[in-house]
Amino acid sequence: MNLALRDIRHKLGRFLLTCAGLGLLLGVALAMVGIYRGVVEEALSLTRALDANLWVVEGGTRGPFAEASRIPGDTREAVARIAGVTAAGSVTFQTVEARVAGSAAASTAGAFRNEAGRERVGAPLRVQIVGYELDRPGGPPALVEGRGIAARREMVLDRGARQPLGAMVEIGGLRFRVVGLTARAVSSGGDPLGWITLADAQELQFRLNAPAARRATASGSQGQPQDSVNAVIARLAPHADPAQITEQLRRWKHLAALSEAEQEEVLTRSVVERARKQLGLFTGILLLVSGVIVALIVYMLTMDKLREIATLKLIGAPDRAIVSLVMQQALLLGAVSFASGAALLLLVKDVFPRRVVLGPEVLLAVAGVVFVICLLASLLGVRAALRIEPAQALGG
Amino acid sequence: MNLVELAGIAKGFGRGEARVQALSDIHLTVAPGEVVGLRGPSGSGKSTLLNVVACILEPDAGVMRLAGETVWEGAWKRRDLRALRREKIGFIFQAHNLLPFLNATDNVALAITLSGVGLSEARQRAAALLDHLQVGRRASAMPALLSGGEAQRVAIARALANQPRIILADEPTAALDSERARVVMELLRRVAREQQAAILVVTHDEKIFDRFDRMVNLRDGRIESETHPGA
Repeated sequence: MNLALRDIRHKLGRFLLTCAGLGLLLGVALAMVGIYRGVVEEALSLTRALDANLWVVEGGTRGPFAEASRIPGDTREAVARIAGVTAAGSVTFQTVEARVAGSAAASTAGAFRNEAGRERVGAPLRVQIVGYELDRPGGPPALVEGRGIAARREMVLDRGARQPLGAMVEIGGLRFRVVGLTARAVSSGGDPLGWITLADAQELQFRLNAPAARRATASGSQGQPQDSVNAVIARLAPHADPAQITEQLRRWKHLAALSEAEQEEVLTRSVVERARKQLGLFTGILLLVSGVIVALIVYMLTMDKLREIATLKLIGAPDRAIVSLVMQQALLLGAVSFASGAALLLLVKDVFPRRVVLGPEVLLAVAGVVFVICLLASLLGVRAALRIEPAQALGG
Repeated sequence: MNLVELAGIAKGFGRGEARVQALSDIHLTVAPGEVVGLRGPSGSGKSTLLNVVACILEPDAGVMRLAGETVWEGAWKRRDLRALRREKIGFIFQAHNLLPFLNATDNVALAITLSGVGLSEARQRAAALLDHLQVGRRASAMPALLSGGEAQRVAIARALANQPRIILADEPTAALDSERARVVMELLRRVAREQQAAILVVTHDEKIFDRFDRMVNLRDGRIESETHPGA
């Protein structure tokens, strides 16, 4: 006879209500775990989208994500000539606040003008722009809709920007038409990625420069040359030794090279480290709070049954029957709460502005943690149950 | 052979000046088929005596034999006192103490399963017991839906579940009206007679005093007198 289940059935409404409350808390804890993993996934999304074996960046830096990196535009030719390199492409990165004009037709029909009379368009849209050379490494990953870029002023944008094909996007006074869409391609900050041609990107970099720097560049006296890129990415032949090529590149004093693994390390250990730690700590606190709450609930459930437990002891029930009653209820409480929290989160996770990664392995791992928490939390109830004297069953 | 034999039982609480002697030099026997009442004012030691016989409280001195087995003599003679209670003692409480989440049958069946009987057989035996105590038609009712008299009959059925030789009852009629109280006492007398069990009842309930074979009067932890109300 399973006393735990019978007791739960007897007070089913109260049990389910308790589970609903605890389920919300566990759902939040699970969301934090999902967001934590999402931050890591998003951080690696860009490097994985570009599918580079080697990143050639400015010497003495760990660019272009952890530090600024600027190298001459002709570096690509030099890299491409190295034995073992099958393809190389120049890339630029800049996070911009674009403006959306809606469809191409709407943009042509005219947008509003600001007080200074300058034409402005639609709602702001934060995007990380990748400039790349057509038909060379650095372009967008597989498109889920539309086509690749064929000409200047065209753009491939991630679906996360919530723009349809044909939408017009204004950046730094230049207008781009969205011709293709990617899925889940975001920067380490969670901004959707947009790809444009390298030439457009370099023009944008010049336009978005501070006016003083622009004047200096225009006069040709000082400042950055316009033909500069942030990095060159290279793909290697299967037999090529990345370490040897990296060593070869480092001989050019103005260049540095990072393997794909090193770049991923930079992104996860440096760029999103604080966010990771923050989320990890918060998740830990939430799980701790959940544990304390489970312990209190189990304790209250046990104390509610004080007379019943005393009676069980008096009529000769062994301790294991009483321990099993308390522990089974704690584990059922955890299981039902976790299931309800997980179900709720799976329903709403796509509403979150940043990715929430909840694979089966995450769900299983968190379920395991919840199991251990419930087991430990039930010890408080078990201790209370074992301290109940059978004599408490006697008397009024 | 007496089923309950207490010889020189003493029990005190606390130490030094704060020590309270709850029981002193108690000599008491209960024979098979005998229904014995324990009465006395508050603090006279009734509950302490019941707890000692129930093997919940350990005496300080004396000898205690239950159903022919020496249970305490200087120390407990058995390690597993719960098993002892399961085998030899049935309990009836003032507030019946049925588990609220089990129906009448399962409240009785639970006690049977604790002695190692399978659930289906335990349920059959429980149903038969409830029928015998004329509460079989309420077998599937939850305790909250039983009347006071019905709940006490189910509690008596639970106490009899493992055919104990000794039944200890703590104010079993306190929550019942006169008529139901007399019915419960008749039931206990019948059980004592049929099963040759020894029944020890703590009571304040004057309306049932005449239903006991013997009434033991306690005062200040000592047996003050014994009367034979039924005689």
